[in-house]
Amino acid sequence: MSGTILTYHVDGGDFSNAGNASSNIKKYLKQLNVDPQIIKRIVVALYEAEVNIVAHAFEGDITATLSPTDISIVLADKGPGIKDIGLAMTEGYSTASQKVREMGFGAGMGLPNIKRNVDEMNIETAVGKGTTLTLKVFFVPKS
Amino acid sequence: MKIRELIEVLHCEVVCGTDFLDTEINFGFASDLMSDVLTLQQSNLLLLTGLSNLQSIRTAEMADIKCIMLVRDKHPSEEMIELANDNDIVILRYSSSMFKACGILYNAGLKPVY
Repeated sequence: MSGTILTYHVDGGDFSNAGNASSNIKKYLKQLNVDPQIIKRIVVALYEAEVNIVAHAFEGDITATLSPTDISIVLADKGPGIKDIGLAMTEGYSTASQKVREMGFGAGMGLPNIKRNVDEMNIETAVGKGTTLTLKVFFVPKS
Repeated sequence: MKIRELIEVLHCEVVCGTDFLDTEINFGFASDLMSDVLTLQQSNLLLLTGLSNLQSIRTAEMADIKCIMLVRDKHPSEEMIELANDNDIVILRYSSSMFKACGILYNAGLKPVY
């Protein structure tokens, strides 16, 4: 698995395909026999982040890099950016549209839940340009 | 409780996943909000939801949930059934309310997540 890179394009507003990248990466991790509990943490975080692109951005790219010890995932979108990251990290705060809420999301749980499930998380955002979210999960839990 | 046992208790309809009705289910969680479902640690649970769209199936896939019950007489789309079949997920349909389904299943021994 060393150095394997998986890339996916995500279109904003395309809810019928939201989750395709997460699903593909999940299947790949299962083939590698990664611990199912670790896989669940990775794909729950990734799915939330993928839905965020669909819900908030115009488009985005997901790049997952696998090493023997971990997976690093970069989700870079072109979109409105996040005005206040502190607020966005607060459970219950959301700027999601009614359409997003009808899809079962937009309750302001996404970013906090992503953070809970990953070992490392970094957000870089520019208002009016976009957001890049970087996630890392180790395949063996850190003691 | 096996999935086939909760089907007998509720008299609900099996939409897909008939090969997996002997799967053991210990917990029940009722929500139309998928973000809340994605916070759960447990996997051997039944998701009761009125959210009949692809995201409820996707959420089950990501959270390793093997059985979804659509309540309030909701019908799944062909795309939902296809996605559930691809991921060995059982879809059940119940014509009455989420409240009634929860009450009956709680009495039958299905545990709450928290």
